[in-house]
Amino acid sequence: MTEIRIRVNGVAEALDVEPRVSLLDALRDHLGLTGPKKGCDQGACGACTVLADGVRINACLALAVQYADTEITTIEGIAKDGNTHPLQDAFVRHDGFQCGYCTSGQICSAVAMLREHAAGMPSAVTEPDDPGELDETEIRERMSGNLCRCGAYNGIVDAIKDVAAQGAS
Amino acid sequence: MKPFAYVKLADVDAAVHAVAAGSGAKFLGGGTNLVDLMREGIEHPDTVVDVTGLPLDEVDELPGGGLRIGALVRNSALAADRRVRAGYPVLSQAILAGASAQLRNMATVGGNLLQRTRCRYFYDQAAACNKREPGAGCDALDGFTRSHAILGVSESCIAAHPSDMCVALAALDAVVEVRSVRGTRRIPLADFHLLPGDTPQVETALEADELITAVELPAAPFAARSRYRKVRDRASYAFALVSVAAALEVRDGAVAQVRLALGGVAAKPWRAHEAERLLLGGPATEEAFGRAADAELAAATVRPGNAFKVGLARATITATLRDLSTEEETA
Repeated sequence: MTEIRIRVNGVAEALDVEPRVSLLDALRDHLGLTGPKKGCDQGACGACTVLADGVRINACLALAVQYADTEITTIEGIAKDGNTHPLQDAFVRHDGFQCGYCTSGQICSAVAMLREHAAGMPSAVTEPDDPGELDETEIRERMSGNLCRCGAYNGIVDAIKDVAAQGAS
Repeated sequence: MKPFAYVKLADVDAAVHAVAAGSGAKFLGGGTNLVDLMREGIEHPDTVVDVTGLPLDEVDELPGGGLRIGALVRNSALAADRRVRAGYPVLSQAILAGASAQLRNMATVGGNLLQRTRCRYFYDQAAACNKREPGAGCDALDGFTRSHAILGVSESCIAAHPSDMCVALAALDAVVEVRSVRGTRRIPLADFHLLPGDTPQVETALEADELITAVELPAAPFAARSRYRKVRDRASYAFALVSVAAALEVRDGAVAQVRLALGGVAAKPWRAHEAERLLLGGPATEEAFGRAADAELAAATVRPGNAFKVGLARATITATLRDLSTEEETA
């Protein structure tokens, strides 16, 4: 067992984990944060998406020990001071989900995606000279790591577009 | 997953010594492939040496032009690097065409070079696979081969290399720098990945205790006009059926410089030397592009499930070169 220190949603935690334990299992089974979901457990669906020092990652392919001394944000930490995040509101407003299983990953992913875009990071559909307005093509490409088996993609794209237009990332 | 010891080191020499000391030790970067393979029981190291704390995460300009990319630069950071986007757009595009944003944020450049095939039979422990278990046979040969290789294949293995980034690196004449307790050596990317022959379990020229420390891109002014084109079963987040990395410089209607590499068609990123040879000095026309593609693909060994890749590769090569030559005229 290895003891690691990790901050999760602003709270300092000490965890005793075997090296085999994924960050996802550490969050879900050791800390009781079941927002991040275990969909495929092989980096193919994005339901486990969390932020590590603000960067979106697949928690299922991350060994918890590798993320010692980082700041992890899960869907449980996205709301601030009791107020839902604008993306959470937008997902409700635009029906950005049906069963809800992928939603926590979708929203965490979208939070980081808006930051990546604001920082000027390109996507596969960004033209070389294009400052890259966050249109539907960009949103779909940048969110392709989050699958939704209910097919709520239209609502998801609308929700993100709405928040991007407000500039409220 | 088999239990293993975990060590994280902050010094390159210490990391190299740690892996040299244990026969079952492996380096761990972003984990996006190795952790998955360990969970599937395909990789089972006794010790994992986490190298993500090593100071190898910078992109530096080389004195004579070109770039030196630290092995631990994350894929997303490399794709966003202004010098890469301007000087080697094919590399940025290839990285962005691969995986998802989450995976690119985790994956390192060194790890991308060492990605293992996504052949279903390699992953499926119930299937025969010479790569996973030398001598066991290959169920892919008469299986579902839509994703499999058509060039450089053997009767032992027809698995395809999964990386997009490496296809661009092959076109750019990249050099891989590796380090072990025996010192540092440099391996041209073209020699880094190996064809299967009758030892498909040996995938690279890297020794088990060697750590990739950097990838160097030589100066290549013509690479500013380069492009990556990927064809796959869905628009994003899927491995290539066929991909093309190309750089082209046309002078007075003739091909002055050309670099061409293919992905999704071989066990290694496939540098299309034969096509380049035919194109160089000749007319930059669609007909010439097609002839060069035909020559490169003449040696293809196809199966019912992947015979379509010959036509698809021809069309993708032609379209990519045409786009680059048109761009050239209007630039």
